[in-house]
Amino acid sequence: MNEADKISHISLADRLNHVLQHHWKRLIVFIPYFWLFVFFLAPFFIVLKISLSEAIIASPPFKPMLNWAEEGIMQIRVVVDNYAYLWEDDLYVKTYLNSLKISTISTILCLLLGYPIAYAIVRSSHTTKHILLMLIILPFWTSFLLRVYAWMGLLADQGTINNLLISLGVIDDPIRLLYSEFAVYVGIVYTYVPFMILPLYANMEKLDWTLLEAAADLGAKPMTTFFTVTLPMTTPGIIAGALLVFIPATGEFVIPDLLGGGNVLMIGRLLYNEFNANVDWPVASAVAMVLLVVLVLPMMLYQHIQSKETEG
Amino acid sequence: MSQPIDYNDRPWMDPDAEPFIRVQSVSKHFGDFTAVDSVDLEIYKGELFSLLGGSGCGKTTLLRMLAGFEDPSAGNIFIDGVNMNDVPPYERPVNMMFQSYALFPHMTVENNVAYGLKRDGLPASDIAQKVEEVLAMVELTRFRKRKPHQLSGGQRQRVALARALVKQPKVLLLDEPLGALDKRLREQAQFELMNLQDQLGVTFVVVTHDQEEAMTLSTRIAIMDNGRFMQIGTPTEIYEFPQSRLVANFIGNANMFEGRITENGPDHVVVESKEVDCEFYIDHGLSIQEGSKVWVALRPEKISISKGTPASGPTNTLKGMVHGIGYLGGTSTYRVQVGDRLIEITSPNQNRPKDGNPPIEWDEEVYLSWEASSSVVLSK
Repeated sequence: MNEADKISHISLADRLNHVLQHHWKRLIVFIPYFWLFVFFLAPFFIVLKISLSEAIIASPPFKPMLNWAEEGIMQIRVVVDNYAYLWEDDLYVKTYLNSLKISTISTILCLLLGYPIAYAIVRSSHTTKHILLMLIILPFWTSFLLRVYAWMGLLADQGTINNLLISLGVIDDPIRLLYSEFAVYVGIVYTYVPFMILPLYANMEKLDWTLLEAAADLGAKPMTTFFTVTLPMTTPGIIAGALLVFIPATGEFVIPDLLGGGNVLMIGRLLYNEFNANVDWPVASAVAMVLLVVLVLPMMLYQHIQSKETEG
Repeated sequence: MSQPIDYNDRPWMDPDAEPFIRVQSVSKHFGDFTAVDSVDLEIYKGELFSLLGGSGCGKTTLLRMLAGFEDPSAGNIFIDGVNMNDVPPYERPVNMMFQSYALFPHMTVENNVAYGLKRDGLPASDIAQKVEEVLAMVELTRFRKRKPHQLSGGQRQRVALARALVKQPKVLLLDEPLGALDKRLREQAQFELMNLQDQLGVTFVVVTHDQEEAMTLSTRIAIMDNGRFMQIGTPTEIYEFPQSRLVANFIGNANMFEGRITENGPDHVVVESKEVDCEFYIDHGLSIQEGSKVWVALRPEKISISKGTPASGPTNTLKGMVHGIGYLGGTSTYRVQVGDRLIEITSPNQNRPKDGNPPIEWDEEVYLSWEASSSVVLSK
């Protein structure tokens, strides 16, 4: 190694050292971005790429997008057939719509159930508040899958609920609870209601309760106060909670698979089938991309409206 | 709209006058804590009545009971002859201006003010007109489309006032109405508030911890401590004739001397204080036994300070040493040591130091003297 190399080598190490010492705060910021890039953005583009490829029977089961043709010419094959196929076969459209229907109704049910609960928690005394919050978080300590299996046990034809109703003489034959849309609603609302309650709680906790007194003082009856003050003031909490329920519920796979069986069409199950049973990765990827667009567009629209409102 | 209260018209002195608000042996307990302890109070139409006291004295609880946010544990509250015990806040003929103003952050100034009128189901044109009027009154017409967070503190205070007044309540309750404003703004707002009350003739009940504010605003003041009234009276009565040491110390400053009554005449009393070795001659009678222990309260501004011997002779005179001087521009505050005691004197600076007599300096020997009518004897 000659002198010049040595010097440049030392100075490079020094420079690196210098950067680390003085700019580590800025570098720390890049760690989550790096993480998101590697584990979100890169996979996203891989899925996008696969969705634009042609399916073949091989491993991996799609034709590569980039191809070296003869004489060193690079060939790019973009196939939009997969997306067209989603539109042509009405199974996919139906399944998307059914998923959206189920997640919308579940979100409304979670709101109707979660709002009074969050309100009651906020209004309760200090010690009760902590106990009630703990009870909301407690189910997370058990595996999600176990809890869904527990619901299967409860809802089955020979399950706890049917047996109880039969022994009480309310019904003679078991009623169909499991493997129905009803069971899927039960499962989704049960699973996601904490995600509605917690943001609502956080929002209501900051609510200035003298505003409610002010409304009463100005002649508003409790109902009017609720609709003119409480509800508008808690709208950010409602939206946050609704998004946290709606988005994962739309793509939910485990609950419709275990509790809905083959009777409930949801996009998560369809995607799973395309990928594993049909081994049609391009169509499965297209299904995923469309789902992403369906979920992201309304969110972007909402944020656009929000930012406009804060400006105004 | 009713006649504003006249300076010489003191309904509380008139035995036939019907009080507008009557608080009858009202108590409020929170668990073991007694916030309001069996109080009686009568407030007359058109008064600007202040509840004055330190934090936790029960003044806000009493106000909240008038508004209907708290139910009395015992007793009755009548407003305009109607028992309010079972009347919810939204049906009471009162409006409140909250300490935090409690403006609805999601509504414009205009909609905040219109909120109460909408609840009354008035036609839209009436609402618009009334909102217009009240916004003009508080000079906020320009800001009608703004949201509360786009306003300054003083503007928010005026929105809160407008919102409470627009419903033309029989009683306006104000919880620390000027507490959140800075000093300069507060003084201006004080006079605005008084003018408004004068124009509208609405009965105001104000909660405040600021004695200066209470003195400036009020027709009468109730001084509260530990859930009870210590004294109820006009600002002058409370300042000049406090009934207890607590009141004398709470309103303004007072030099307090412990002593015994040595002479109790029909038109005067003499109190001898061992503390400062002085005889106080006071020109008001007192129904108290000779020899009993009393306190003499003497306001700092009622004492005159001089270098020469005062004419009044040995009574109502003290001799001491200047221990400190605080020059405040319009007045100066002297601290004079008499025996073990430091006595506070406030004296106006009428002459510029270079024109008049040589000024009083630190560590100089001085004489303090006061009129026979200047001090007050207190038995508790």
